[in-house]
Amino acid sequence: MGFKNAPMTSATPAEQKASLFTPEIRAEIDRWIAKYPEEWRQSAVMAALQILQDDNGGYLTQELMDQVATYLDMPPIAVYEVATFYSMYELKPVGRHKVCVCTNVSCMINGSNKIVEHMEKKLGIKLGETTGDGKFSLKEVECLGACGGAPMFQIGTNYYENLTTELVDSILEGLE
Amino acid sequence: MANEVCLRNFDQDRPWLLEQYQSAGGYEVLKRILREKTPPEEIIEEVKASGLRGRGGAGFPTGLKWSFISRNAPGQKYVVCNSDEGEPGTFKDRDILRYHPHLLIEGMIIAGYAIGATRGYNYIRGEFWEPYQRFEAALEEARNAGFLGENLLGSGFDLELHSHLGAGAYVCGEETALLESIEGKKGQPRYKPPFPAHFGLYGRPTIINNTESLASIPVIMEKGGSWFKELGVENSGGSKMFSISGNINNPGVFEIPMGTPFSTLLEMAGGMKDGRKIKAVIPGGSSAPVIPGDQMMELNMDYDSIAKAGSMLGSGAVIVMDDTNCMVKVLERMSYFYHEESCGQCTPCREGTGWLYRVVSRIENGKGRPEDLALLDDMTVKIAGRTICALGDAAAMPVQGMLRHFREEFEYHIEHKKCMTGS
Repeated sequence: MGFKNAPMTSATPAEQKASLFTPEIRAEIDRWIAKYPEEWRQSAVMAALQILQDDNGGYLTQELMDQVATYLDMPPIAVYEVATFYSMYELKPVGRHKVCVCTNVSCMINGSNKIVEHMEKKLGIKLGETTGDGKFSLKEVECLGACGGAPMFQIGTNYYENLTTELVDSILEGLE
Repeated sequence: MANEVCLRNFDQDRPWLLEQYQSAGGYEVLKRILREKTPPEEIIEEVKASGLRGRGGAGFPTGLKWSFISRNAPGQKYVVCNSDEGEPGTFKDRDILRYHPHLLIEGMIIAGYAIGATRGYNYIRGEFWEPYQRFEAALEEARNAGFLGENLLGSGFDLELHSHLGAGAYVCGEETALLESIEGKKGQPRYKPPFPAHFGLYGRPTIINNTESLASIPVIMEKGGSWFKELGVENSGGSKMFSISGNINNPGVFEIPMGTPFSTLLEMAGGMKDGRKIKAVIPGGSSAPVIPGDQMMELNMDYDSIAKAGSMLGSGAVIVMDDTNCMVKVLERMSYFYHEESCGQCTPCREGTGWLYRVVSRIENGKGRPEDLALLDDMTVKIAGRTICALGDAAAMPVQGMLRHFREEFEYHIEHKKCMTGS
């Protein structure tokens, strides 16, 4: 039927893989690679990008993406495609704490706009911006699947639900 | 009659632990299947008999989907679970992963056995870190107990399961986009046919089911397909987890029999907040056309009742809105979502969702034109059904629903440059 599905392997698999990343990072990425068929190293690209982003203070550089491409035997363009497609990857520096606030319907009708306004005023930045000291970024996100606790936001790996302006204050003030 | 299937261990202390799951009879069905070497065809027949339909939103019969796999085809087959839960309003699978991960694992193993898959993946949306950690810990427990790996409990059947983390893309809930994503690509849906049963993950035969569907399998195999079917009503077997949110007192996940009146569900969810009047309900996730509150109060929560009212049960995500809400503003937010999440592959969706959003947005912001409603009507028809996946339809349907039931609000906005509800 002419339907083909093969990994987008680069022409010559790189040999200097061991010189990329720290041994800890390599071990973490390798743990993901081991989950997939041997010829599908590229299945680990999403995890690898997330691991490197976390290690790099929350964002990816072209150099990191190129290294991922080398490590997973992928053409760099295939890595850029993934890094630009998914919303959790950042291609520009972000604050130490990225506040991902949901404004979708359930959150909206439960007052997410008030939460956003409050944070914008408190931090002196708009959605999509980072504070001058590099501590906070505000990001508007789509439904995070916690509508029972609307309004909500995510910081790092944590969900914070049933937000009020007072609760937001205590959460933000409690962060280093 | 609530909490009979996925939430049956709801009352346990730390129900996510293997020990707890087994104390409530967990993995007994799997053990029986492996011990008795139950013929896979029998399992598929039982699932068919249960009337279980895909709980992710499409409602396709699960047993039928499994029967499309040619079991005896040589080579690798896969079982994949869709825990990408992203349909706005839906938050049930998160609770299965957080509180009942072994139920899902047992369901995935039985599914793998039924189709002859020796490997499986659970695709968990990237934001679900806590649920992912719970699921990973449960996998480790199951592996150590001999429920995963080679030669499960001495049966000769092998199965390994892994999780795969997403990274933020609604479209990856579409099954072929999800497979592309596991393959390390942009999550863009594939043309169908071929369907995943023939050409799935890594080009191999694959079944892919929603978390709640797979977590329903152990109890179906334990108590029988007809027991499950009879929990529900004609054409809607079983019970279903409803995620109910919005302007209500006690939002949350409720597992109730299919066919339960919406009014009962609303009552379970504590009723309307501040005693306000119910204005509108989105019965099945934001892609499902809105239904006016009065009409909704007369409906039952099953596939046919909601379909007859011109909407769909979808993922069972019920968003309840009171009379302070402006429908134009609600639609503006929903249209923004679909525009944001369109993968860009098909022109009608990529361009059309942008058009829908911009036109609804100008109406909301007092710049609507008299011809805009006709324009919206026309655009929805030009998007729906003309794209590779259902995201185009999902963007068009809420617009059609809002214009069908709340047209006068949109007209008022255009004429008076302000909102009828004063919000």
